[in-house]
Amino acid sequence: MIIHHPLLGPRDASEFVYLGDASLMNRPNPKSETAADDFYSYQYLRDNPMGEHRELWYHEQGDRSWLVVTRNTLTHDITKVELARDVARAQK
Amino acid sequence: MGYSAFRILKEAITGHKGWKPVWHKAEPLPEYDIVIVGGGGHGLATAHYLASKFDQKRIAVLEKGWIGGGNVGRNTTIIRSNYMLHENEAFYEFSLKLWEGLEQDVNYNAMVSQRGVLNLYHTDPQRDAYIRRGNAMLLNGADAQLLTAEGVRKMYPFLNFDDARFPIRGGLLQPRGGTVRHDAVAWGYAHAADKRGVDIIENCEVTGFDIKEGRCHGVQTTRGRIGAKKVGVAVAGNSGRVMAMAGMRLPIESHVLQAFVSEGLKPLLDGVITYGAGHFYVSQSDKGGLVFGGDIDGYNSYAQRGNLPVVEDVCEGGMSVMPMIGKARMLRMWGGIMDMSMDGSPIIDKTHIDGLYFNGGWCYGGFKATPASGYSFAHLLATDSYHETAKAYRLDRFARGYMIDEKGQGAQPNLH
Amino acid sequence: MSLIDTTKTLNFTFNGKAYQGFEGDTLASALLRNKVRIVGRSFKYHRPRGIMGAGSEEPNALVEIHGAGTCEPNRRATTIKLFEGLDARSQNHMGTLNFDALAINDFMHPFLASGFYYKTFMWPKAFWEKLYEPVIRRAAGLGTLSKAVDPDSYDKGFLHCDVLIIGAGPAGLQSALNLGLGGKHIILADDDFRMGGRLLSETYEIDAAPALTWVEQTLKTLESLPNVRLMPRTAIYGVYDHGIYGGLETTTDKIGIAKPRHILWRIYANSSILAAGATERPIAFANNDRPGVMLASAVRSYKNRFGIELENTALLTNNDDGLRTDAAHIFDTRNGDYVMDVGGRKGVRSVTLNTGENVAANHLAVSGGWNPNVHLTCHKRGRPKWDEALSCFVPDTHTLPSDMSVIGAANGKFSTHGAFMDANDICEKLGVKASELPQTEDAPVKISAFWHVKGTKRAWVDFQNDVTAKDITLAHQEGFSSVEHVKRYTTLGMATDQGKTSNVVGLAVLADAIGQSIPETGTTIFRPPYTPVPIGAFAGTHRGQHFKPTRLTPSHKYVAENSATFIEAGYWKRSQWLAREGEKGWRDSVDREVLMTRNSVGICDVTTLGKIDVQGRDAGKFLNKVYVNTFSTLKVGKCRYGLMLREDGIAMDDGTTARLSETHFVMTTTTAKAGPVFRHLEYVRQCLYPDMDVHLISTTDQWAQYSVAGPNSRKLLEKIVDPKFDISNEAFPYMACGEITICGGIRARLFRLSFSGELAYEISVPARYGDTLIREMMHQGEAFDAVLYGTEALGVMRIEKGHAAGNELNGTTTANALGLGGFVSKKKDCIGKVLSQREGLVSEEALQMVGFIPVNPKDKLTNGAHFIPKGTAPSPETDHGYMSSVAWSPMLKTYIGLGFLKNGQNRLGEVIQASHLMGNSHVDVTVVSPHFFDPKGERLRA
Repeated sequence: MIIHHPLLGPRDASEFVYLGDASLMNRPNPKSETAADDFYSYQYLRDNPMGEHRELWYHEQGDRSWLVVTRNTLTHDITKVELARDVARAQK
Repeated sequence: MGYSAFRILKEAITGHKGWKPVWHKAEPLPEYDIVIVGGGGHGLATAHYLASKFDQKRIAVLEKGWIGGGNVGRNTTIIRSNYMLHENEAFYEFSLKLWEGLEQDVNYNAMVSQRGVLNLYHTDPQRDAYIRRGNAMLLNGADAQLLTAEGVRKMYPFLNFDDARFPIRGGLLQPRGGTVRHDAVAWGYAHAADKRGVDIIENCEVTGFDIKEGRCHGVQTTRGRIGAKKVGVAVAGNSGRVMAMAGMRLPIESHVLQAFVSEGLKPLLDGVITYGAGHFYVSQSDKGGLVFGGDIDGYNSYAQRGNLPVVEDVCEGGMSVMPMIGKARMLRMWGGIMDMSMDGSPIIDKTHIDGLYFNGGWCYGGFKATPASGYSFAHLLATDSYHETAKAYRLDRFARGYMIDEKGQGAQPNLH
Repeated sequence: MSLIDTTKTLNFTFNGKAYQGFEGDTLASALLRNKVRIVGRSFKYHRPRGIMGAGSEEPNALVEIHGAGTCEPNRRATTIKLFEGLDARSQNHMGTLNFDALAINDFMHPFLASGFYYKTFMWPKAFWEKLYEPVIRRAAGLGTLSKAVDPDSYDKGFLHCDVLIIGAGPAGLQSALNLGLGGKHIILADDDFRMGGRLLSETYEIDAAPALTWVEQTLKTLESLPNVRLMPRTAIYGVYDHGIYGGLETTTDKIGIAKPRHILWRIYANSSILAAGATERPIAFANNDRPGVMLASAVRSYKNRFGIELENTALLTNNDDGLRTDAAHIFDTRNGDYVMDVGGRKGVRSVTLNTGENVAANHLAVSGGWNPNVHLTCHKRGRPKWDEALSCFVPDTHTLPSDMSVIGAANGKFSTHGAFMDANDICEKLGVKASELPQTEDAPVKISAFWHVKGTKRAWVDFQNDVTAKDITLAHQEGFSSVEHVKRYTTLGMATDQGKTSNVVGLAVLADAIGQSIPETGTTIFRPPYTPVPIGAFAGTHRGQHFKPTRLTPSHKYVAENSATFIEAGYWKRSQWLAREGEKGWRDSVDREVLMTRNSVGICDVTTLGKIDVQGRDAGKFLNKVYVNTFSTLKVGKCRYGLMLREDGIAMDDGTTARLSETHFVMTTTTAKAGPVFRHLEYVRQCLYPDMDVHLISTTDQWAQYSVAGPNSRKLLEKIVDPKFDISNEAFPYMACGEITICGGIRARLFRLSFSGELAYEISVPARYGDTLIREMMHQGEAFDAVLYGTEALGVMRIEKGHAAGNELNGTTTANALGLGGFVSKKKDCIGKVLSQREGLVSEEALQMVGFIPVNPKDKLTNGAHFIPKGTAPSPETDHGYMSSVAWSPMLKTYIGLGFLKNGQNRLGEVIQASHLMGNSHVDVTVVSPHFFDPKGERLRA
């Protein structure tokens, strides 16, 4: 696979390390009354879709950016690549 | 009339006219006691044990395509019970014991062949972990032997002992481990279940669950509604997608695992070898092909195919531990969808919906689990209680903090 | 006119007998030239087999080439370019090729119908493995692999292009010409050693001249273009995501030469054109596998390309294309003529027709029509569709890889004119003006499907795997009527030719048995690789010592000079111990290293520990998030031990972190976790707390770091550290750190840390000074009898102190389990804190780390032993935990161990059994505090 890094252009996927669903960026509030449940769902449960999936890739053999890659899990087609940091900031 | 050498003689003489279908193509009835979703190894085994060991009647297995077309039809055929944690070891040892009597049980030769499974170690920490593991195996009534490098060399002198980046320092051997002709497992269970009146319904895809007031009353399928008192789902690889139809999110991701087979070769490898310093394991089939594999590709996928970096990684592992295989040619590569769970161990449990039961999360270890998975799931479906070797495989173990994490990788499925 | 250079004779042997062929021959053509008819034996029935095809579809003519140690099995004689000295042998027979003892299987065939083995061999139970299976295994398999190390070398390469064209027949050449002249960067790959495809084997004319002239001119033009790369002998074996193609180049079949035999190319293409042509298929009739029954197209190849006239040839065809073959007798199924049987066990002698007539013939050319080579269109799970008029599967444009176009015969355009048209069309689509269409033949496809002559005898469908039409109908009778079931039950299409000649015929036979059409019955899909690829090629140079990279520490050279034994720590090589003369085993060396360190001073390279520079205004706040304990309060010039959890509450890593300034921390990690921890920190920084002002960089490789431990460590360092830095106990106490200079101005960092429990320091210098520093320290240390110690002594000392290491931080242990629960700050949140409170992780039954001492000090402890209460039988229920680290303590003169025991911290003093069942050893051990040596820590503060 080839990931089009927003800063570095097309890079072979083997330069990256995969983490998983981009929902892992939404760390729950540890002070919430439902924190135990929230953290359980956050850490363990997945939508695991067949189709479009937003997911985290880390450019370990590169610039060490975390990227949010929108990729189809059936066709492997990639439609969007963003810097995770930009996504995280936009969510705040 | 069953299968036997005598029967083959008779049929050979009479032009094979008497052979009947190994299982019948059943038409769905409107209502069953128990419906199993998924005609793979686990689903068919469940049906067989429900009918044969738990005296259940009116059972159907629904398969969206042709039976045995999932991971039981695309794996590297290895059976073993060499786990470190008792929650797993007890279960897989139960499975291995069922394998040992499988063919007589289902009257079908699945070529269970206990050729020995050898895991190589290359460092002291690996040896220590194998000692812990081997001892756990013995505690559960399995067999295990620790070999030194010399012991390994005696078994497999052609391994790389002289020019290795990570020298072989020994191995953990399970002599009772081995291989099974994988497709025949599905056919054998189908054959036996069919004989006991189970309806095996192919080309029947489940499109929804019939859930009212917290209870599952049946399934919607491409061949109409089928009612059921109990519905058991055994669709590993597609668990997330199917259970989503019941509104459930699972502690599971779907990943692709590639496997490989070489051209046929005269016998050169007796047992199963697992490399400890790279991603490579291998055995040789009765037809002569080297059957091998390695690590999952590592990204969520339903594509049933993988990519080149893993192919190369596996072959690098192969060449570094078994440098004779350079001239063996890879004949086929394929990918299967794995239900990768959050601790690398499976789930066999009721759900919060009455009458809906779930079996999945097998990671890349589902094939060897087939008999015990079927037996335990049948136990749960028939009695609503957990089989003693599968009582830890609960859905709520993550919320409660009782993970069964052999590799210690935590909630990251692609590392298990 | 053939493509053989009869002036260049090549000598070769087959089964030890000497033969001659010519430059331009394949092994197959050279064998035919020498009238060798039987070249192999079939897989199951061991029937004599001859050459059937002329390319990679060949199912029969598999041979071994080269001698014992370099033997290469299962090579198709049709794809081996003949070379001087080739040594080839037939395979898969017991006895000679002519008298194969296993040919008995052929007479046993009624008992060996498909699937027979599933129905028997079950009684008695033990006989399967002891008797039946070994016999089956010996009879099965094909060629023999030498068990010696593969002596050949393989290489890999990467290529990029605008358009990858797969196949250099008329369609591929014409499109390459257009695109090449249009300035596109082109790769044209073909698995044959000669480009031209079917044009090499037919007698077509192009622009009123022999087609070969056009081929040669076109190749000449292409060779002159710098933007075109021609790759003959390169099979494109697979299609992968995002325009990545796998190619296998066979540079030579010769051995003993310096260059790689194969190069595995990974080709990145913006788009691809599949012009892979088509493969002719046989017809199933009785004994259609006799040596001498060949594909009609192959008969023409041998005649036109290789100049071999096969004598007395009959032809069976169901289409016009077959009629191009020169034959003495023509049987056209469209006229109601077909073949019922073939006589001649070791070579065709006669052909029996449906009329009952017997016709003498030595060869039978068969054409059952053509299958487009759609294989590569299926690798991304595309499915071809059935074309009734052409009687074949053609690519379905809806399921093709999005970057791929298919042209020519691969696209069902079987005439040369059609191929050129397709080539020109695709070039226009790619924005390149097409050149003028060459004038050539445009024969329409005239075919009337004819697959199978029914009869009582066996008619082969899959020649290599010995699958007959009867096997397929039997499979259907037994309920295996899905194509996938039939493949699996009969092994149809599973042989080394991947069903190139058999899949579609098999599907047709099945469709007929079921009584439905071919498209209703199923389709045929293909997986990579298109042709088998040597495993060695996939591995390339990554084998032996080069399997993975090797990382050497800055002191590597020095410790090697001092007889170090090295151990792998990830990719690092670390010194495990350093033997001195007279020492009888590793224990002698390790005991000495421990004692000398504890008595005076020892030095150990700890460069491999991960080092991460953490800088920024929020660095302290950031560390508070990733560590369980608080770092924002750490004073400048101080270090603190830190424990890090994963979000699931399990310990991830530990280490010390030093504060060099308000905004600058230096973190250390364990060797194994250096990479994962850095990745985790970047994740926390970028994904969770993107607004924190903090920056990270790994400096593991930039600093050489040594541990200097022992009561004389300060005295030694005072000789190294520049005098203006006061390192006295008062000025530089335990857990102090600072930036200093040494040896007259060399920049260094000094940390007063102790893993060994001694008065100890870690000193780091820029990596380039690492070698000098250790030499200088050892030189200055002579006064104190300083010793180098390795990882074993390091391990002994840390176990004596009860420090957890990799064996304890094994990914399943909590802070509590490690006895570090007290470190978890109650005042703040950190990664992993919430989930660490789950019931299963805090229960009384949970494992806790404690120490163990054998009741009898001489009893050896085993790492990995399980703890069983005394007086109970070992079982999963009585298993109370496991030993994780053991050592002989030269200080305490006993074995000691660390391990995890249920509720361990409340069981100190209890005697329990440490059972190593595999070693049949059961040792009574006392549960003790893990702090065996100097529990109050007086030495490290000295």
